[in-house]
Amino acid sequence: MHNIQCDVAIIGGGPAGLAAAVSAKKQGAQKVLIIERDTALGGILQQCIHPGFGLTYYNEELTGPEYYGRFIKQAESLGIESLLDTMVLEVQPTGKIICVNSKYGITYVDAKSVVLAMGCRERTRANIQIPGTRPAGIYTAGAAQRLINRQNEMVGREIVILGSGDIGMIMARRLTLEGAHVVAVVEIMNYLAGLTRNRVQCLDDYDIPLLLSHTVTRIVGNERVEGVYVAQVDENKRPIGETEEFYPCDTLLLSVGLIPENELSRATDIEISAVTNGPVVNQFMQTSNPAVFACGNVVHVNDLVDNVTLESEIAGREAARYAMGSFPQVKRRISLETGNNVRYLCPHLLDIADMDEQITLYFRVLAPEHNVTITAKSGDAVLYKKKAVKVNPGEMEHVTFKTSEIPASSDCVRVDVTKEV
Amino acid sequence: MQEKKIICTVCPIGCTIAVKGEGGKILSIEGHTCKRGEEYSANEFLHPVRILTSTVRLKGSDMPLMPVRSNKPLPRESLFDCMEEIKKTEAKVPVRCMDVIIKDILGTGIDIVATGNAE
Repeated sequence: MHNIQCDVAIIGGGPAGLAAAVSAKKQGAQKVLIIERDTALGGILQQCIHPGFGLTYYNEELTGPEYYGRFIKQAESLGIESLLDTMVLEVQPTGKIICVNSKYGITYVDAKSVVLAMGCRERTRANIQIPGTRPAGIYTAGAAQRLINRQNEMVGREIVILGSGDIGMIMARRLTLEGAHVVAVVEIMNYLAGLTRNRVQCLDDYDIPLLLSHTVTRIVGNERVEGVYVAQVDENKRPIGETEEFYPCDTLLLSVGLIPENELSRATDIEISAVTNGPVVNQFMQTSNPAVFACGNVVHVNDLVDNVTLESEIAGREAARYAMGSFPQVKRRISLETGNNVRYLCPHLLDIADMDEQITLYFRVLAPEHNVTITAKSGDAVLYKKKAVKVNPGEMEHVTFKTSEIPASSDCVRVDVTKEV
Repeated sequence: MQEKKIICTVCPIGCTIAVKGEGGKILSIEGHTCKRGEEYSANEFLHPVRILTSTVRLKGSDMPLMPVRSNKPLPRESLFDCMEEIKKTEAKVPVRCMDVIIKDILGTGIDIVATGNAE
């Protein structure tokens, strides 16, 4: 049996884990260890060869490999260690991690603090229960992306994509450039799920039709996909039978949402939010277990890696402080309330210590809206107020304020997005 | 006269900007809410450009592919021709990020560079 001692152990070597590791080390943690199940660091960015990363964090446009490459460079020069090709089996409440790899077998990692950075995974056909046969040629968009961009395997020639999430749209462009024909991108909602810039640069540029308020009702084919039936949906998202049409194709890609990967978190008995499906965290990205921190898509699904980096830097820094015994003493807890048109807030709560902190709360709206005012209020105090021309569930919003602005008499901050009249 | 509706991608607001022009000259721009949007829509109207990303086959590594990009945005109408060049190309280890894989692709003055590292 192999034993490793460290100050901060980070589970997952994608963009969240890398940023947390660099930040923990810079904060002064002696031994920082990343545990990663893949054979290389970088996570999903290894297959995200398209540009669009780093626009806010680096103020320049990078591809996925360039973005994580910068963090790997830093991690190497700071002496951050990593355990690759290693699967974590269990995180114990005490911070002990049980993992396994083919070199050491069962390995125990004893860490003073742990950062959960496992990311998320794609929803599959089973999650959304599309009727029909079970032929070859049905992929999640991310699986197809890995096959094409890392493994040099083409997935098909005539493609229908269900879901207008960013990965789906990016794959529509990628497949078109590689010589496939994308028949249509089908979206059940009456608005785009992903970013507008991806609609412009991935669909409109290549005249790929976007069918809003439509869904795939049936998959046809025995050995291989032969086509799918697509129908318009009513306001309750139920298919309208008479609008059903057959689309011949050999491949169906699914870009129908992401689920934070929290099997480890659940087993370690930390509190999980029913809305985000990730750990409940305070502004230090600390979970209900004080020694366990979490960041990135394992907490809530982000649309920009830049935001993942920012919150992961907080998680790494605070996990380092916890490991070194310099974590702030919490004086009172402030609950965060989702008001009008706010689906969730992340962090989920604030633990106020004896210092004035700048807080950023990230959130998504429930429905698209134009000309709104975004406010954060606590008691009678208005902590944040800003007008926005457009809000969309596909694009994360935020409010910022200082903890000193929260009135002493109040124990709650509420965020609302209201339509201007 | 030509009129194009352009969805701005500079920021998440995504303004729909109407640009009118004739013979490579812009006559009017409407619907933008900032200076950057005005500039973006003018460029999109006159000569849209895009960063092209793809992969090339990689020899001498466990990784079968090396991700690549154009080091500057390419004219949008040249992307498929550039893809044909990229498909013919092979890279050999060692490759460092930003190494030139195809110099001056199709005489555009723009290079295709590696975005990853391989030993």
